[in-house]
Amino acid sequence: MLCENCKKNTATTYIKRTVNGSTQEYHLCGECAKALGMTNDFNGFMNFGVGSLFGSLFSDGLTGIESQTMVKRCPGCGISFDDIARTGLCGCPQCYTTFYDQLLPTLSRIHGKLEHLGKVSKATEESVKEAKLKELEAQLKQAVDEQRYEDAAKIRDEIAGVKSSPDDKDAESKNIQNDGSAEGENE
Amino acid sequence: MSERKWYKSAGPCGDTVVSTRVRLARNLDSYPFPCRISEKQQAEINQKVNDSLLCDGSFNFRYIDMSQLSDTEAMAMAEKRLVSPDFIKDRTAKALIVSDDETISIMLGEEDHIRIQVMRPGFDLEECYRVADKVDRILDAHLNYAFNEKLGFLTECPTNLGTGLRASVMMHLPAIQSAGLLNQIMTTIAKIGLTIRGTYGEGSSPLGAMYQISNQVTLDISEESAINNLKSIATQIMEQERSYRSTLIKNPAVEDKIYRALGTLKYARIMDTKESISLLSDVRLGVACGLISDTDIDTLTGLCIDTQPANITVITGAASSQERDRQRTEIIRRALCSKQA
Ligand SMILES: [Zn+2]
Ligand SMILES: [Zn+2]
Repeated sequence: MLCENCKKNTATTYIKRTVNGSTQEYHLCGECAKALGMTNDFNGFMNFGVGSLFGSLFSDGLTGIESQTMVKRCPGCGISFDDIARTGLCGCPQCYTTFYDQLLPTLSRIHGKLEHLGKVSKATEESVKEAKLKELEAQLKQAVDEQRYEDAAKIRDEIAGVKSSPDDKDAESKNIQNDGSAEGENE
Repeated sequence: MSERKWYKSAGPCGDTVVSTRVRLARNLDSYPFPCRISEKQQAEINQKVNDSLLCDGSFNFRYIDMSQLSDTEAMAMAEKRLVSPDFIKDRTAKALIVSDDETISIMLGEEDHIRIQVMRPGFDLEECYRVADKVDRILDAHLNYAFNEKLGFLTECPTNLGTGLRASVMMHLPAIQSAGLLNQIMTTIAKIGLTIRGTYGEGSSPLGAMYQISNQVTLDISEESAINNLKSIATQIMEQERSYRSTLIKNPAVEDKIYRALGTLKYARIMDTKESISLLSDVRLGVACGLISDTDIDTLTGLCIDTQPANITVITGAASSQERDRQRTEIIRRALCSKQA
């Protein structure tokens, strides 16, 4: 079913509220639940309603809201750790950061050491490089400030090295494309 | 359709290895995994993946909306292992991107958003990985993958975290099977993170003596090491199989069984899938050991697929299982007799 707030995403959070004997139910997506403060901790609850689209509906307090909404939920997809434990599946990439501590024992049992030694996604490659550049530039500034010019020169070379790597990669990807068109004909 | 399909030719080490497959599980950031995704969101992903591949243009792909296929057509794809059996159960919002020769297939909306699969005849792990990696790099350049430095590529099921790589080798092991050595192999390879199981049924003697050996571990190991481990174990099993075959084949009862299998395949008029898998396996052993020269490994690999129920229906239009059992012998006869000079 669709989220009653944005009417766009799939509803993943269920909220049931009883006021003066009449029960109301809301189905929200993870994003809206988060925007409305229906997130993973008690503070979230205290804040919900203020200035939000659904605010008026929730503003009269916590009465009757079922305890299931108090369970820690993934901000990306709205599922709880119980859902993951039940199905053995995560709901979205964010589940891994949200429930990392709870997933840890299972992940270690499946894989042993939790260290990725394989290929790295391009986006990550770039962010790693960016972080490296920032760090080097800070080192360079410090070296110059402390008048350690020999060190500064070394760091400058290192920066140049890191910066030049994207060009190499472009060249590489061009080669791959050439291989590709040749292969396309063979296949 | 005129393109020669990969399973109609034998690859390296075709005497013992039927085919090699590599698959990479990938997901896009900022979308729920398929178990929580809306049809609209998965359709968006399908579009993005297809656009990325078109934009790159390195490969000639065909885009297939799975929901437009009949059950039989979908089943025939699963029989070819172009798609997984799970993929065809509910085909809403699912799509398949496939190369002309069917070596590359990209399942969209399976357990992960994207599953890149490369299959080749014979023992060819490096080439399978090379191609899968190339497709993966194209998609990585155009899309935002869900990736975490510690956990690697993020997948719906935690068992695939890390490289998201599953490499498998389909081996024909009649001699090892008849020597009763499979349990021993199973225990040994489990210790190094590999697994072996029957292609046509589980248990100690699966139909046709076809087995798949694959890696299990995807974290704390690089793609290269995972593939090298599998390669070295499959090579050892291959050598063991060959050495047991040389003794097995000297047994007159085995020789008789092989020739009888060939006779039945050539002259029978009604045959079910189980019988054809088992007879094709016997003849395959005969060809690999040089007893039979009436046919070759390519033809037999092709027949293993063409004689599966849904493929028979697609090829011949046979609607009932009785009709299929007749058509099966027709397909086999045509393939085996065309090879004779
Ligand atoms: Zn919403
Ligand atoms: Zn999530």
